[in-house]
Amino acid sequence: MWDFIWNDFLVTGEPIIYGAMASIVLATVGIVFVLTYFKLWKWLWDEYLTTVDHKKIGIMYIIAALAMLFRGGVDALMMRTQLALPNMNFLNSVHYNEIFTTHGTVMILFMAMPFIIGLMNVAVPLQIGARDVAFPFLNAFSFWTFFFGAMLFNISFVIGGSPSAGWTSYVPMAGPELSPEINQNYYLLGLQLSGIGTLATGINFLVTILRMRAPGMTLMKMPIFTWSALITSIIIIFAFPILTIALALMTLDRIFGTHFFTLAGEGMPMMWANLFWLWGHPEVYIVILPAFGVFSEVISTFARKQLFGYKAMVYAMCVIAGLSFIVWVHHFFTMGAGAGVNSLFSITTMLIAVPTGIKIFNWLGTMYKGRIRFNVPMLWALAFIPNFTIGGVTGVMLGMASADYQYHNTYFLIAHFHYVLIAGTLFGMFAGLTYWYPKMFGHKMNEKLGKISFWFTVIGFNITFLPQFFLGLMGMPRRTYTIEPEWMPLNLLSTAGAFVLAAGFVIFTFNIYYSARYEPREKTGDAWDGRSLEWATTTPVPHYNFATVPYVNSHEAYWDMKETGATTYDESKLEPIHMPSYKGLPIIMSAIMFIASFGLVWHWFWLAIPGLLGVIICMVIRSFDFDEGYHVPIEEIKRTEEQARGRKE
Amino acid sequence: MSEHTEHSESGIPVKHVIGFIASIVLTLVAAYTTVMSGLPVPWIIAIIMILAVIQAVLQLVMFMHIAEKNPIPQYGNILFGFFIAAVVIAGSIWVMSFGMSDMDMDSGGGSGGGSEEMDHSEH
Repeated sequence: MWDFIWNDFLVTGEPIIYGAMASIVLATVGIVFVLTYFKLWKWLWDEYLTTVDHKKIGIMYIIAALAMLFRGGVDALMMRTQLALPNMNFLNSVHYNEIFTTHGTVMILFMAMPFIIGLMNVAVPLQIGARDVAFPFLNAFSFWTFFFGAMLFNISFVIGGSPSAGWTSYVPMAGPELSPEINQNYYLLGLQLSGIGTLATGINFLVTILRMRAPGMTLMKMPIFTWSALITSIIIIFAFPILTIALALMTLDRIFGTHFFTLAGEGMPMMWANLFWLWGHPEVYIVILPAFGVFSEVISTFARKQLFGYKAMVYAMCVIAGLSFIVWVHHFFTMGAGAGVNSLFSITTMLIAVPTGIKIFNWLGTMYKGRIRFNVPMLWALAFIPNFTIGGVTGVMLGMASADYQYHNTYFLIAHFHYVLIAGTLFGMFAGLTYWYPKMFGHKMNEKLGKISFWFTVIGFNITFLPQFFLGLMGMPRRTYTIEPEWMPLNLLSTAGAFVLAAGFVIFTFNIYYSARYEPREKTGDAWDGRSLEWATTTPVPHYNFATVPYVNSHEAYWDMKETGATTYDESKLEPIHMPSYKGLPIIMSAIMFIASFGLVWHWFWLAIPGLLGVIICMVIRSFDFDEGYHVPIEEIKRTEEQARGRKE
Repeated sequence: MSEHTEHSESGIPVKHVIGFIASIVLTLVAAYTTVMSGLPVPWIIAIIMILAVIQAVLQLVMFMHIAEKNPIPQYGNILFGFFIAAVVIAGSIWVMSFGMSDMDMDSGGGSGGGSEEMDHSEH
């Protein structure tokens, strides 16, 4: 028994892992102590763990995303340290494999995804004048399945060992023959669990946006971020089932001995790559389109102009959504398919540059002759345009199938997708977080610290990744754990840049603490002289969002209201507001799913089967839950609104 | 804020339960046909394709409200769904045959051999 725990269950033998274990134990003890000492357990349960309020769920998503950004960032720093000099002995090859695998998986699925979904949760219902999302219970359930999926993936590095076959988890490397340990199961079940939540979020936001808009707000009068959320939801709904199926098939291969992806038994290993990228390419657009939406909002607000080419922006996003499903083979041109296959996917890939280019010109057009305010969100947006364009142009280079045989799996590719994902998604999320921060927490983030962290991040980012284009052209392959001496100068530069980038993130996080203590509180709901409905309600936002929902005439609803002097508090139109009740079931059900998945990871059917039964019981309990929520009485709305608006005068 | 309007008077969603059970039955029949029936392969493929179409229609009617009058028609999304389904299935078959299945006749397909075997032996 002890032998099993020490040798197989826990990961032992590496000082870094012991350090990680100690810090996990210390952090857990610390959190439990603080919660108990300040008697916060009940507050935590009542206000957050059981909440179905989209604003609080959004905040929890973003906190989780920042924590995962820290984890993925530490992975990145360890890799850059190992690659700084030739023959470094910081990480051995196995450990290095585990770290690039977890870095990729964590950053895409547990950092970028919750960050965009968090901002969607915070902003979309407010932008369309809704009181909550269409299915608040499902929204809480989505968050908790994501959270437990992420936890399942993250515990792997101290319990059982991390997956090590890359974030793409290609077979046969990830298959049962070459990875007989349980490591890969964490990848399969962690992604499966969080994927359920993501799919549910897609459905939730599609229905919310189609059915719960303010009166008068036709589709073409929606704020552009809401449009991006709508398109993203549609891509999620169509793309994530493919991942679900692919993961399920590989789980069957690994745990139950089927042969979908193994050569033995006439399986097809490349079918995994095919299915993975059928999901994986749309996934790229799932994480970039909301960032485009954020930049459109931010640039329009801070250039103090209406968004240039609103309709072109919408159509461009629709075209991107369609094209995103027909380019997947460009991830494995080197598989060696015939000229017909590769040239078709080359052309579709290059086609994507057209709608993206339209968007870039629209942002420039929005800024043209605008009176630009250089606040922190705007700085992120301004840095995004040139950096993202570098990523986009190198993407077109990679998209040429014949040239791709040279670039494939070199650091050129690594540099390309970091230019797209960091300059696109991460800058977008930082812009969005800074932009909506006053709406979420009632105070802005400190401008000065924000600018310092911005410059550290942008400069560090370019020092890290620009040299990698040249390393790629010099032939440095991806996922190598030692470097040749002739690659040393650029690698050393890249490593130095990574630490500057990390400093930018540390300052960003410190800014959250600093701003909470010292920034002046918001007096109005309209922190940035905004243009869409989320700025029309008071700050802090009442739990029902809008006392009365205004009639919307254009895609800049609040701008119109400011001109006519209208507010979201029209006493003559007050009605009791129907709100959903808080529920404990989502977190309990997701925790049971976590236990079942953990059992499946270890092939412990005595744990997995009761766990699955528990999930079914939870579904039955939910099916017979006829709680229709409650109504907020008019008196309470009046009291809340007058208190919030009284401060304004 | 979810609306409980679609339940019948007894509170049990009869339509959904029927759809759910029928879907499971159709899936089991398909699994039986493939694994245990011992029919010739073309027959198996024909049967499971027919069962798949029946199940798709069943789900559209029972779960997706396609027969109901909807204030906001969703033709765009339905068509997009068909487009994605076609891309996933036809695209995968084409890509996984390496785009060579019709090239064998005239050019020998590079390395020769039937396309079926090539899928499995090239990598």
